[in-house]
Amino acid sequence: MRFRTLIPRVLGLLLLTCSVASAQESRIGDLTGHANRGKALYERYCIFCHGTHGDGRGESAAYLDPKPRDFTQATYKCRSTPTGTLPLDSDLYDTITRGVHASGMPSWNPLTRQQRADLVAYIKTFSSRFTEEKPGAPIPIPAEPPTTPESVQRGADLFQSMNCWQCHGKEGRGNGPSAVSLTDTKGYPITPFDFTSGPRFKCGNSDTELFRDLVTGLDGTPMPSFTDALKPDQIWDLVHFVKTLAKGNTVQAVQSTPKGNQ
Amino acid sequence: MSTMKPSLPFFISTVVLLSLATAGIAAGPGPDAGGGSLSGVVKFQGAAPMPMRIQMAADPACSKSHTTPAMSEEVVTDGSGGLANVVVYVSDGLGDKTFDAPTQPVVLEQKGCVYEPHVLAMRAGQTLKVVNDDSTTHNIHPTPANNREWNKSQPPGLTIEETFARQEVSVPVKCNVHPWMKSYVAVVKNPYFAVSAKNGSFEIKDLPAGTYTIQAWHEKLGTKSQQVTIGANESKKVEFDFR
Repeated sequence: MRFRTLIPRVLGLLLLTCSVASAQESRIGDLTGHANRGKALYERYCIFCHGTHGDGRGESAAYLDPKPRDFTQATYKCRSTPTGTLPLDSDLYDTITRGVHASGMPSWNPLTRQQRADLVAYIKTFSSRFTEEKPGAPIPIPAEPPTTPESVQRGADLFQSMNCWQCHGKEGRGNGPSAVSLTDTKGYPITPFDFTSGPRFKCGNSDTELFRDLVTGLDGTPMPSFTDALKPDQIWDLVHFVKTLAKGNTVQAVQSTPKGNQ
Repeated sequence: MSTMKPSLPFFISTVVLLSLATAGIAAGPGPDAGGGSLSGVVKFQGAAPMPMRIQMAADPACSKSHTTPAMSEEVVTDGSGGLANVVVYVSDGLGDKTFDAPTQPVVLEQKGCVYEPHVLAMRAGQTLKVVNDDSTTHNIHPTPANNREWNKSQPPGLTIEETFARQEVSVPVKCNVHPWMKSYVAVVKNPYFAVSAKNGSFEIKDLPAGTYTIQAWHEKLGTKSQQVTIGANESKKVEFDFR
C-alpha cells in the first residue's frame, strides 16, 4: 500500500522537474540539448556577433549586413511553424547546421550534432517566450505536383497578382518599386531576395523548403506568410516559377514558353 | 485504501483548477453602469505641419482609386486646433481588476491603399478583423514590441482575423508592398479608452469612481499624462495639449 501511494508522488515530482528543465533543454529527434553546455559553446563561437546578452549586438555586429539575429525577441526567419509563432527546436538546429546564405552566419555543420543541440537549448534561454508559449504546429506540406510549363505560367501570374514584384522586381532581381523602402523589424534596411543570383536561398534550397517559406513567411522581415492568401497548389506554382528565375530566366522568357510544350 | 490518500499529481491538478476558477471570478464584467464620464478635447498648439501628399504611382490600382490626392495622416488637426487620432486611455488606477475581452471584433479596412481608421483602439484579446476592399494585394504586418509579430499576404476580398494578447499603445501596422501605408493599433487591457475625433474631442464612459492616470498617445507627438479623480456619476472634463 505504501508503495502504491509512492508511485503517483514520484511521477508528479518527475513531471515537475521535467517542466522546469525543459526551458533549459532542446529536443531534436533523439537528441537532448542542454543550455549549460550550450553556454560554453556560445561564448566560444557565437558571442562575437550575437553578443553577451543574445541581443545581436556583439563586437562584430556593426560590420555586418544583415545584422545578427536578436535572440531576445524570439522572432525567427526560418521556421516550419505559422507566422507569429515560436519555431521548433529542430528549426533552430537546422539554421545552425545550414547557416544563412547571403549573411554573416556560416554553417556550423563542423560542430557535433550534440553541440548544435546544446546551442539551441542555450539560445532559447535569451527569451522568456520559450517558457511562456509553445512552438506553433508545423505547417503541412502536401506532395509536390510536377513542374510543368502550365504550373510555371500560373506561378508567373501569381508573382504578378500577389504583388511579389513590388519588392522582388518584375524580373525577380530584388529591385521592385518598394524595395528601397524595406526595413526589418528592428528598422535596419533589408534587401529583397534576388532570385537571379543563384539557386541558394536563406532557409534552404529544396522545393519543400521554398514551399514552407511561402506558407510561414520570414518573420522579422517584410516577407509575409501566404497561408490565408493562397492554396497549396498555388504555392507550388509560385515555387516552380521562382526556381526558373534562379536559372536566369526572365518573366518574359517564361511567359513566351508555348503552353503544353513538353 | 490507497486511493483515499491525496497524491501529489492530484494535489497539483487541484491547485491548477482552483487558480483557474478564481481567475474566472476575478475577471469582472464590462464597464460599470453608474460610473462617471471623462470627456474633453486634445489640442495641437501652434501651426500644424502641412499634410504631405502620398505618391501611389508605384501601384496604379492604388492611385486610380483616388480622385483627389491622398494625404498623410501623421498630424491631423481641424481649423480650431483640435488634434485627431490621439489614443486617450486609463493607464493606471484600476488595481488588479481584469476585464474579459468583448466578443465583437474591431475592423481595420484597407481602402484606396490607405488604412481606415488610421488609429484604432481595441482590447487585449479582442479579435482584429482586417478587410481588404482594394483590387490589389496587400500584406498586413504589425511590428509590436510587446506582442507576437506576424505578417500575412492579403489579396483582394480576403479577411484576416488575429488578436493581440498584451497591452501595447500602440502597435505600428504597415504594408510592405505599399510603403506609404501605416496605421497604429492601440491595445488596451481595460475598456476605458477612446480615440480623439477630427475636432480633438473624446469621451470615456462608465468609469468607476476613483483616481486614475490618464495617458494621451500620439504617433508623432509622444505621450502626455495626467491624474484625474472622478466621483460616481460625475462628468469630468480634461484637456491635453500637444505641440
